[in-house]
Amino acid sequence: MATAARTAKIGRLERPALTGVLVREIVNFSSYWRAATFSSTVEPTIYLLAFGFGFGSLVSTINGYSYVEFVGTGTVATAVLFSSAFAAMFGTFVKYQFQRTYDAILAAPVDTEELVTAESIWIAVRAGVYGCVPMVVAIFFGLDPSWGMLTVPFIGFLTGLGWANFGIMTAGYAKAIENFNYIVSAVLTPLFLLAGTFFPLDGLPKWLQVLAELNPLHQCVELVRAAVLYGFEWNDLLRVGVLVVFALIMWRVAIHAMERKLID
Amino acid sequence: MSGELAIRLRGVVKRYGEITAVAGLDLDVPVGTCVGLLGPNGAGKSTTMRMLTAQSIADEGELEVLGFQLPRDSKQARAQCGVVPQLDNLDVSLTVEQNLLVFAHLYRIGRQDRHAAIERSLELANLVDRRETRVDKLSGGMRRRLLIARALVHQPRLVLMDEPTVGLDPQVRQQLWALIDRLRYEGTTILMSTHYIEEAQRLADTVLIMSHGEGVARGKPADLVLEHAGREVLEVYGPPKRLAEVESEASASGLKTRRTGTSVSILGLDGRNGFDFEGERRQANLEDVFVLLTGEEIG
Repeated sequence: MATAARTAKIGRLERPALTGVLVREIVNFSSYWRAATFSSTVEPTIYLLAFGFGFGSLVSTINGYSYVEFVGTGTVATAVLFSSAFAAMFGTFVKYQFQRTYDAILAAPVDTEELVTAESIWIAVRAGVYGCVPMVVAIFFGLDPSWGMLTVPFIGFLTGLGWANFGIMTAGYAKAIENFNYIVSAVLTPLFLLAGTFFPLDGLPKWLQVLAELNPLHQCVELVRAAVLYGFEWNDLLRVGVLVVFALIMWRVAIHAMERKLID
Repeated sequence: MSGELAIRLRGVVKRYGEITAVAGLDLDVPVGTCVGLLGPNGAGKSTTMRMLTAQSIADEGELEVLGFQLPRDSKQARAQCGVVPQLDNLDVSLTVEQNLLVFAHLYRIGRQDRHAAIERSLELANLVDRRETRVDKLSGGMRRRLLIARALVHQPRLVLMDEPTVGLDPQVRQQLWALIDRLRYEGTTILMSTHYIEEAQRLADTVLIMSHGEGVARGKPADLVLEHAGREVLEVYGPPKRLAEVESEASASGLKTRRTGTSVSILGLDGRNGFDFEGERRQANLEDVFVLLTGEEIG
C-alpha cells in the first residue's frame, strides 16, 4: 500500500477548512454585494418609514419612547431575520441542488460539520452588519446615537447565527424549494409578528407573552432596545442565554440535516 | 499488504433501499498508473467514485485510498486527491482565477505557494489568457479544462475523474485526452470512470469493466480484447431475420456474437474460414468486449 504521507493532524472543526469555505463566500460576495446590500438596506427602511410615519401619527409614545425610537430599534431584528434565515434557506438550497457547490467542497478536505459551521458564521456576520441598517436609518429620523449601539452588531450576529442554522436546517430537510412556504407562513411570520417589533407585547394575553419569551427574535428586539434605549440589566444575560441555546441547538440540527442530505 | 496501491477496494457493497448499486467490488489502482472504470450507465461507476471521497458510505467491504482507511480517515485522503466531477460545479459568477483561488484555500495551500499553484494550474489547462474571464462566459470545453485545473491546484497524488469528457464535442474531447495523457506521463495516479470505450482504450493502462455493480473483467485493454473477442471479427450485415440466422449458426459452431445495431459481429474468428457468411473482416476492439460482457440491452 502506498504509505500514507501524514499531513498535520486532521481533526474536527479545523481552521483551514473553515477558512476555505469562508474564502469562497467572501470571494463570491464581491460579485453580488450590491444586490444583497440594496435589499438588506431598502427593505428595513421601507418598514421603518411605513410604520414610523403610518403608526407614528397615531401613536405618540410607547413606554416613554417615541415611535421612531421604538420601531427603529425593533426592526433591527427584522433585518437580522431577513438576512439570515431567508439567505440561509435559499442560499443553501441553491448551492446544494442547482450549483452543486457542496459536492465540490466535500470532495476537498472539508466535512459537513465544518461546511455548515463556516456557512452559518458567514451569514451571521452579514446579519450582524445588515442588522444595524434600520438603526442607522432611524438616527436620521431622530433616534439619539449612543455608545450602546456598538453592541448591536454582536447582538445581530448571535441572533443571526441561530437563524442562519435554522435556514440551513430547513433547506436540509426540504425536498423541494416550494416547501419553504410552509416554514415562512407557519414559523417565521408568526415569530416575526410576536417579537415586539411594531407593538409592545404587554397588551397581549398572558400565555402569548410567555410564549414570546421563547422567541429568539423577541430576545433580539429586547436586547437591542436595552443597548440603545434603556441600558442593560442583569436579566438581559438570560436573554443572551436564550439566543446562545437557540444557536447551539440549531447548529447541531443543521449539521445533522445536511449530513443526511449530502452524504448517502 | 500488496505493493504500491493508491486505491484498494475489497468486497465493497453499496445499497440504496432495494437497489444494490455496487455489489462486492474489488479494485486495485497501482501508484503511477491510469485505471479506467468502464461500464454502461447504472453500472455503479459514479457510486464507486463517490465512495472514494466518502460522499457515499459503503455498507460493506474495505476501502483504502493512499493508505488511509475510509470512511474514517477520508479527510486525510481527500487532502491528497483531486476530484473532477461529472457535473460541472464551478462558481459561475467568479472568474477562472477566483475559482482556482478558492480551491487553493480549500486544499490548504500555504500563502507563499498559492500564487505559483494557481499559475501552474492555469498553464496546465491552457487558460492563462482567460484568467479574468467569468466562468459563465467560458465555452463548454474551457469549463471542463477549468474543472480539471481546479482538481490539480494542490498537485494531488491521485486524481479521480468521473466521466471527464461526457457530452463534449470530439475536438474538445481530444484536447482533454491530451491533458490527461500529460498527467499520466508526469506520474500522477488516475482513476477515471467513463462509458466511452475509445477513451478507456487510449488513456487507461488497465481497465475494469463494471456491470450491475460488479467487476466483470479487468486487465490491459489489448489483453482483454484478445481474451474475450480474439483478433479478428467478421461483421455481417443484413435484414433482422438474416441477422438472427447468422447468430444461431455462429453459436452452433461455437463462436460468440454480438449485435452492433445494424449488423452482427462474429467474434474470435482469428483466421478461421469456411463460413458462408458474407461480411467485413475487422480487428476486434474493446467495444466488442464491452458489449459482450455488459450485455446488449441495458435495462
